[in-house]
Amino acid sequence: MLLEELSNAFGPPGCEDEVRRVLARHLRGKVDDLSTDALGNLIAFKRGTGPEPRLKVMVDAHSDEVGLMIISIQKNGLLGFRAVGGLGERMLLAKRVVVGEKRIPGVILAPPIHLAKEEDLERVIKIEQLAIDIGASNEEEAKGLVKLGDYAVPSTRFEILSEDGLRTVKGKAFDDRAGCAVAAALADGQYAVDLYLSFSAQEEVGMRGARVAAYRIAPDLAFALEGTVCNDLPKKEDSSPTSKLGKGPAITIMDHSFIADKRLVRLLVDAAEANGIPYQFKQPGIGATDSGVIHLSRTGVPSVTVAVPCRYIHNPVSILSLNDFDNTVALMKAALRRIE
Amino acid sequence: MDIVGLLKRLTEADGVSGYEHQVRAIVQESFGCFADRTYVDTLGNVVAVKRGTGPDPRPAVMLAAHMDEIGLIVRELEDGFIHFEQVGGYDDRVLPGQEVVVHGRRTLTGVIGVPPPHILPRAERDKPFPCDKLLVDVGLPPEEVSRLVRVGDLITMKGDLIELKGGLVAGKALDDRASVAAVAVCLEELSRLHHTWDVYAVATVQEEVTYGGAITGTYGIKPQIGIALDVTFARQPGVPDDTTFELGKGPTINYGPNFHPKLSDGLVEAAKALEMAWQMEPSPRPGGTDAYAIQISHEGIPAALVSIPVRNMHTPVETAAIKDIERAGRLVAAFISRLDDNSMAKLAWDLGLE
Repeated sequence: MLLEELSNAFGPPGCEDEVRRVLARHLRGKVDDLSTDALGNLIAFKRGTGPEPRLKVMVDAHSDEVGLMIISIQKNGLLGFRAVGGLGERMLLAKRVVVGEKRIPGVILAPPIHLAKEEDLERVIKIEQLAIDIGASNEEEAKGLVKLGDYAVPSTRFEILSEDGLRTVKGKAFDDRAGCAVAAALADGQYAVDLYLSFSAQEEVGMRGARVAAYRIAPDLAFALEGTVCNDLPKKEDSSPTSKLGKGPAITIMDHSFIADKRLVRLLVDAAEANGIPYQFKQPGIGATDSGVIHLSRTGVPSVTVAVPCRYIHNPVSILSLNDFDNTVALMKAALRRIE
Repeated sequence: MDIVGLLKRLTEADGVSGYEHQVRAIVQESFGCFADRTYVDTLGNVVAVKRGTGPDPRPAVMLAAHMDEIGLIVRELEDGFIHFEQVGGYDDRVLPGQEVVVHGRRTLTGVIGVPPPHILPRAERDKPFPCDKLLVDVGLPPEEVSRLVRVGDLITMKGDLIELKGGLVAGKALDDRASVAAVAVCLEELSRLHHTWDVYAVATVQEEVTYGGAITGTYGIKPQIGIALDVTFARQPGVPDDTTFELGKGPTINYGPNFHPKLSDGLVEAAKALEMAWQMEPSPRPGGTDAYAIQISHEGIPAALVSIPVRNMHTPVETAAIKDIERAGRLVAAFISRLDDNSMAKLAWDLGLE
């Protein structure tokens, strides 16, 4: 499964090489052109079957994931780090990670509960106080294995949780390898329009890749594919789940970064209803996606975001439903076929 | 002995206090191959007996390393999600983002996930998530979760043993399976050494909750002396220097009210004879290990404690140095081989009388 390979791949912002390689291997032969640019975007082009002039449709999915960067190598051989993107410090204690190009295994230290004072337990341990232990006993040994600026990501592996029903899987980086896998699946289809699949770098640090990709492609309209927040756990207080697992692709009407193009929302809804594909609207107001920069490219690009609901994004491990995933692929294929 | 291989099997098996059966099977095999006789007692301790060469009746030394681990237990099901309670005590702060195994009618992989920071109000971002707000998600619909999982089912951390650089390993349940592995090393070493005393090597149950295995095990064996093997705190950021010990610089030999000082001295002498690295651990506060239970069995039994330094104790990434585990096993074996007819007399308290 491509999603499995993408989820397991190492790809924090600015270091998406492994993700690019997995995608390039998968897309070769299925598209008319594959290219990269200065930021590390991978752009696949599939020529349309309609008469010229054809519309240019950009389908974006970001290739990066939230991660960590080594910022100090201490005398005792431990590695100090900071987050690259929104990986919260409250979910980092006592986690397994892999560090750097050599993929050195390490663990994030957590002081034993026995030695903690009562008031410490009420306090979040700040990222400045956390360190990765790779087993190096001093600075010199650590420097032989890791250098400043190396990245680290959780070493979480992909796994199927249920084969039937919701068909849930767990893994890391579903935000946005789920989107990447949906976009890659679109390369199998034939469309009237010219299709540009942009696997954009550095979304998690401010949607950097999509901005220049959109400029280069100069699309007539754009779709951003995401793995989005799905906070549908039982809660005492009445608050929105953002999206619900198993209820189909989540279409964004508005988030922190943009207001979706109404015509594209309509196109998606019509495509879903005509084909019996379940869909939901994402709770407006939360999050930001590559559409935020794409819709402002050049003189403006009509844009919309479609997402696979993922529980626990920005955690070391997330859960999604393959039903939602398949329905997102089906919806996107149906929508693209409706564009002439 | 392939210590990493054995430790991998031991730690990847799941055995919360009272439910140690998976671990027991591995211990029976790994102790059994060096023992004259292996049996399981009423509470579930594994006892491996290795006879000494002295004349009958021979004195006996008991070794105790606990094979239970801390975990979680299902408290309530709600819409297919699992509320849980602690069995033994993780710091709540290590739980978000952790993968777990739910031991229901079948074994289920689960996730303890939390909302990403950017969707929470700012005021909520600076506090730890309390245990009673955390849920296990097994990715199944509510009706299936109700069918497969019941209140009281156990939950363990999912954690393969991984090898770090410098001969370190990280995983769950090194507290105290690292010591179980050290006891296996000890038994192997004893098969090469001469020892006159009988050795009862015990992998105990329920240390993390009541010391129940050590209490009943010691009563049943009634040894002349008892040595517990457990883990101790290794130095790491955020912990005080004076109550922690260097990782990889040898096992600690403990001094304090739980231990007979002359037994501790005997362990130090054995370490010196081996020219082995060891560390002195002052242990002012009683409790926390099987030695606590051994010492007050029957009319009182001289007890000692050898500890293996471990980082991140009571987390799924407990980290130990393989050479400390190996040293602990060799140290205890050397100590046992030095026991003779006079050893008990040497433990007598000097009353200062002529």
